[in-house]
Amino acid sequence: MKTQSKIIVIVASLILILSFFFPIWYIDLEAPQYPEGIGLEIWLNKITGQNPHDLNNINGLNHYIGMKEIVPDAIPELKIMPFIIIFLIVFGLISGISGKRSLAYIWIVLFFVIAAVGLYDFYLWGYDFGHDLNPNAAIKVPGMAYQPPLIGSKMLLNFNAISMPHIGTWILVGAVALAVIALIFDKKIKKREEANA
Amino acid sequence: MNRRYFKAVLVAAAVVAAFVILHYGCQESKDLASGDVASRVYVAPGTYDEFYLFTSGGFSGQIGVYGLPSGRLFRVIPVFSQDPEKAWGYSEESKPMFMTSYGFVPWDDAHHPKLSQTEGIADGRWIFINGNNTPRIARVDLSTFTTAEIIEIPNSGGNHGSPFLTENTEYVVASTRFSVPVPNRDVPIDSYKENFQGTISFISVDKEGAMDVAFQIVAPGFHYDLAHGGKGPSHGWAFFTSYNTEQAHTLLEVNASQSDKDFIAAVNWKKAEEYVKQGKAKTWSTSYYRNYFDKKKHMAFSEQKTSVKVLMPEDCPGVIYFLPTPKSPHGVDVDPSGEYIAAGGKLASVIPVHSFSKMIKAIENEEFETTIDGIPVLKYESTIAGEVTNPGLGPLHTEFDGNGYGYTSSFISSEIVKWKIGTWEVVDRIPAYYSIGHLCIPGGDTRKPWGKYVIALNKITKDRYLPTGPELTQSAQLIDISGDKMKLLLDFPTIGEPHYAQAIPADIIMKNSKKIYPIEENQHPHGIKAEKDARVVREGNVVRVYMSTIRTHFAPDNIEGIRVGDIVYFHVTNLEQDWDIPHGFAVKGANNSELLIMPGATETLMWQPTREGIYPFYCTDFCSALHQEMQGYIRVSPKGSNVAITYGTGK
Repeated sequence: MKTQSKIIVIVASLILILSFFFPIWYIDLEAPQYPEGIGLEIWLNKITGQNPHDLNNINGLNHYIGMKEIVPDAIPELKIMPFIIIFLIVFGLISGISGKRSLAYIWIVLFFVIAAVGLYDFYLWGYDFGHDLNPNAAIKVPGMAYQPPLIGSKMLLNFNAISMPHIGTWILVGAVALAVIALIFDKKIKKREEANA
Repeated sequence: MNRRYFKAVLVAAAVVAAFVILHYGCQESKDLASGDVASRVYVAPGTYDEFYLFTSGGFSGQIGVYGLPSGRLFRVIPVFSQDPEKAWGYSEESKPMFMTSYGFVPWDDAHHPKLSQTEGIADGRWIFINGNNTPRIARVDLSTFTTAEIIEIPNSGGNHGSPFLTENTEYVVASTRFSVPVPNRDVPIDSYKENFQGTISFISVDKEGAMDVAFQIVAPGFHYDLAHGGKGPSHGWAFFTSYNTEQAHTLLEVNASQSDKDFIAAVNWKKAEEYVKQGKAKTWSTSYYRNYFDKKKHMAFSEQKTSVKVLMPEDCPGVIYFLPTPKSPHGVDVDPSGEYIAAGGKLASVIPVHSFSKMIKAIENEEFETTIDGIPVLKYESTIAGEVTNPGLGPLHTEFDGNGYGYTSSFISSEIVKWKIGTWEVVDRIPAYYSIGHLCIPGGDTRKPWGKYVIALNKITKDRYLPTGPELTQSAQLIDISGDKMKLLLDFPTIGEPHYAQAIPADIIMKNSKKIYPIEENQHPHGIKAEKDARVVREGNVVRVYMSTIRTHFAPDNIEGIRVGDIVYFHVTNLEQDWDIPHGFAVKGANNSELLIMPGATETLMWQPTREGIYPFYCTDFCSALHQEMQGYIRVSPKGSNVAITYGTGK
């Protein structure tokens, strides 16, 4: 790799650190009774409410339909995710410093594999919360499940649930996109140099 | 010639016709313009009013909260009167707020709301209001719109001239409407002139709002009516009107209306502070209560005070001066510059306006007419800046628009009169329907009036609204003052009798308005933080139920083991932390009230069951789709029964 490309891959790896400081996903719940908004923010290592008491209030609302309580401490992925991102950062730094293009390719492939597995895992949790309902719930609508959309919006009774990537995800995607572009140009320059030579 | 004449007639007729058509056309467009009045007060669904208006509830003892320009009522804040809807004065936590040296007083007559100030500008932290009957001052916290403190005023016969403020809310003032023996004692009423006196009190307000009677000035036995603090150059002074300088004690309507002039008492409170510091104040023993609501503990506490510092004018030269003022003056209002002091001489034919700078000069030059009980009486000509002539009959109160005009309410002629500061000319007048008392301009008694509207606060409505039997609504009227001519926009009914009112731009208060009480900050000694802590504990014949509410159940909701003769305390904590989700609590046959518990708060209802049986209890505030299911049962067994205490939810 050219020096500029190495630097860009190193910078991209370092940018990944920022993803710890922003939520990676959000689920907004829109309803007439909540003009002030209510919703969840999913971070690499925690789930919080958009407002201080939202998580409790959402759990309170969910008990009517028999949904399990969302207890962040009981979700193992939130403990694993930080280490996976740290691993990606270190891997990215090594491939940037060493300048080995093959390592950088592996790094990028790994990133997308992890992203795909993460999204699938998120889908499974959504499926579980949406379908594994207490049979004694007060509100039972035949055929109704309460799985939030993976991405996009969906009406769940009186709530419109909107699930979208948050800043953290855009940081991750942006950083890797930066590295990908750097590698493409690096390859082109190399080809041109080879042709000239 | 005839033909020419005929033509002329035709032309003239055409001109007349055109004029008539145009004229009626104009009439029509004028009517359309009056349709515009409706849009001036229309606040579309889901949008906010521009101002909050706080009106005194008068004999209701409370404060009404309205929006302007719509005139919509948002809330009645319980202050001096018990309110079973909100358990105010019924819950164990709020009962101490009603304590006085006369015991529990469940009502008062609340006249003058006054917003706290910083540098002479309303800041929206608190609103104070006086209790006229059993002399008290209340402080309402405007982050929660609840009464935070009530202090009793000792050595007072009735607290009318109150609770006006100094520029930075250093002091809130009180003055006695009825002179009485001070300290109070058993004397013949006709010994008024020897034994009756007035008091003027300065109540300090600390940074957190806590009030304390700093000192009282004993004044001659007149009736002290209204007050206002100085501002700007007159900061450091406060002005009080007086009537009955005749010192009558019977048939005052005649006997207190004989003198051509009564007085405005000008009090140099900075000087009074110095005298207190120098130890010139006497300490009198007395008894009065200060009651305050602890927001973290969610309960009120009472403390009895047993002494007060008193200044005698004869020992403290320069603290108080009398300004002769025609005739039985009511309001005393200081203009935004702090220079002019307008009096509402309710039986006077003019509005006298005193000049602060002339007053200071007259004091320096000792231009005194006489001295009463050690108080110099200044010469009228030495302090007067001007007189507004033809101000209407029975001028009472003046507010200012900040653009050089004063607006005075005239009770007898039922109108508002607008006059120019400096020239003292009346420039406009508008009728009020009917019998206006106070009036209010947003910020109209501060250094920075926001202007835009004047609100007439009327005593009588007669035919203005649908009749409701002999007792009719009271009313306010919204009048536009943005142009040269005042223009009536809206009538709206008010609670109780509105005396004074205060208005303030909504954003100043909205941004501090709380949504919930954080449950983690709840330090109520009988509060619980989670449903798992709900329990029932017997201590002799006292049973304490530590209960929680959350949508949509009580914990516990089945209670057994209560006996006739027990005293049961329901300590109910609302565990909700969501905006606008209070829960109610009511027990069949309870002799007090319901509870209405805000998110994160704890309130206590005392219950003494007198008959055995099953007693339902339920949530009274429609909280959710399953509100109707939010209920429980209590089993009451006979006295001496051995049914054990058991409780639970969902067992």
